[in-house]
Amino acid sequence: MPTEPSAAVPPVATPSTAARDAAVAALRDVPHEPGARKPDPILVADDVRRHFGGVNAVDVDHVEIQRGAITALIGPNGAGKTTLFNLLTGFDKPNSGRWTFDGKSLGGVPAARVARAGMVRTFQLTKALNRMTVIENMRLGATQQPGENLFAALVAPLWRGREQEITAQAEELLTRFKLDTKRDDFAGSLSGGQRKLLEMARALMAKPRMIMLDEPMAGVNPALTQSLLGHIQALRDDGTTVLFVEHDMHMVRHISDWVIVMTEGRIVAEGPPESVMQNPAVIDAYLGAHHDTDLGDDALLDDAVLEQLRAEDEEGSR
Amino acid sequence: MDWSRILPIVLGEFFAPTTAAYALAAIGLNIHFGLTGLLNMGQAGFMLLGAYGFAIATIAGWPLWAAVLVAIAAATVFALILGIPTLKLRGDYLAIVTIAAAEIVRLVGRSTALTDLTGASSGLRGNQYKHTFQDASPFPDGNWAIGPFEYAVNASNSWWLRIVGWAVVLLACLLVWLLIRSPWGRVLKGIREDEDAVRSLGKNVYSYKMQSLVLGGVIGAVAGILYVLPRAVQPDSMGRSMTFFVWTILLLGGAATVFGPVLGSIIFWAVLAFIKITMREVVPTTVLRNEQIEQFGWIIVGVTLMLLIIFRPQGILGDKKELAINAH
Repeated sequence: MPTEPSAAVPPVATPSTAARDAAVAALRDVPHEPGARKPDPILVADDVRRHFGGVNAVDVDHVEIQRGAITALIGPNGAGKTTLFNLLTGFDKPNSGRWTFDGKSLGGVPAARVARAGMVRTFQLTKALNRMTVIENMRLGATQQPGENLFAALVAPLWRGREQEITAQAEELLTRFKLDTKRDDFAGSLSGGQRKLLEMARALMAKPRMIMLDEPMAGVNPALTQSLLGHIQALRDDGTTVLFVEHDMHMVRHISDWVIVMTEGRIVAEGPPESVMQNPAVIDAYLGAHHDTDLGDDALLDDAVLEQLRAEDEEGSR
Repeated sequence: MDWSRILPIVLGEFFAPTTAAYALAAIGLNIHFGLTGLLNMGQAGFMLLGAYGFAIATIAGWPLWAAVLVAIAAATVFALILGIPTLKLRGDYLAIVTIAAAEIVRLVGRSTALTDLTGASSGLRGNQYKHTFQDASPFPDGNWAIGPFEYAVNASNSWWLRIVGWAVVLLACLLVWLLIRSPWGRVLKGIREDEDAVRSLGKNVYSYKMQSLVLGGVIGAVAGILYVLPRAVQPDSMGRSMTFFVWTILLLGGAATVFGPVLGSIIFWAVLAFIKITMREVVPTTVLRNEQIEQFGWIIVGVTLMLLIIFRPQGILGDKKELAINAH
């Protein structure tokens, strides 16, 4: 654990791209309150509830995710972020709730069909398919491969053409994610960070309209953090909507266009990253429970550092 | 030791119909386990259903092709019944359900209520249902001898059955070879590794697991037909131990490989025959009687299976890096 995280993680220059400017501009007039309406939401969820025994893991009245923006979902451990992810992507069934993705109702739809509808997720604990090669992992992410039908699989000419397209697409993504040298290695031989990259690249094979990343930075070494951040921003710049769960405030502050804060299953605050951290509800959520909460694998979030960040913010806004 | 007597018997096991039948059953199990990661502990149930389906249909006067279709249909229905409730659950449930279901098939088959249909515990005699297969042979009746191997051309444990049996095994190998390299096989391997990941990529995992269960089960049913053609349908000889022989063969040869099941079956039966015959020659009957030697052979099978899983889980042909069994 580096004692001076700022030395290990060089400060990221906030990039200014047309996509970022557009996302920020679109969100400028959105009120900074939980459940705020967005000008162009891709995902709209209402009354999503999930109980585990007596615990309300998720209890969300209304939430909207802006299209083409990077939205961060933050909150202390046990806030229900991953459970909300699981519900929205069909990996868990809610006790109640309905939501639409791109105008299409996806409540109660199984995970595979959610993915086919264009909303693809990654996992907190990376699910690289260890005993398959990197390129086979990538190919598996592709859609519209007729050879995935049992009978068509027996007649290679029916799917070989598509396979070549898929392979070309996969190799391009691997180059972009700097995994091209690992092409024929088993995914199990990659480092933790490389597996995160592979999982993200694999999710992109399906060309999703929205990608949901569950703690993309967990277990990634600082050297790779930079490139992961770059990749996530590149996704937004290509027009993909990104929603991610993250504990690393450094990352949240630098790449997200909008932040949603959850605690105890509820959304307690929303706003742009510059101001949401000063929201009293957020400070309560984090610092009130801080003594027994692991806010990430990074020293960034101990009191002193958070204090320092806040001071920097005040300085910046002055 | 009389090698001129031992060797032909051991070498004969290399291409015996039973070896082919077990190789085919292991190919089916390889689709379940090696490709998809499904723990089917009831492959003998599929084989017994195939044997019953074929024999009963033939006895009822159905032609050869129709009787084979009955066996395939029986295995398909059995796979659907097993799969619908269990494939949505985690892997171990399938193991429990399949081992129980295979026992149910055996116990129902041997129950006296069905004596007219299945012959209960005494089973169905071979010459009640062998004629359609033997009549399909293009060869004249008689005996052929190739070197030390002399068998009837068409009757029962015949050359005709060996030719057909191994042709079917080769066809099944070709099928697996095609599938393992196809995008369909890739989805199955993905499911073997982590089905949630495959689900998150938009594949209908349940449907793929069902296809795998049906396909492997149907291959098992055809293996059951091959198994009973040189003998009788005996429900008690197609129980749990048969399932474990098939598992031993698959793990010996190498799961997730194309020829592993074939190699495994040949080695399994040849070595078993060698051990039994040699022991009969060498060990005096005062130490171990013949039937005890028979039992001793099976002990060796059990020990082999344990040693395999501990020391060489990838089998003979398996890729060390792509272990068929490891801790997830």
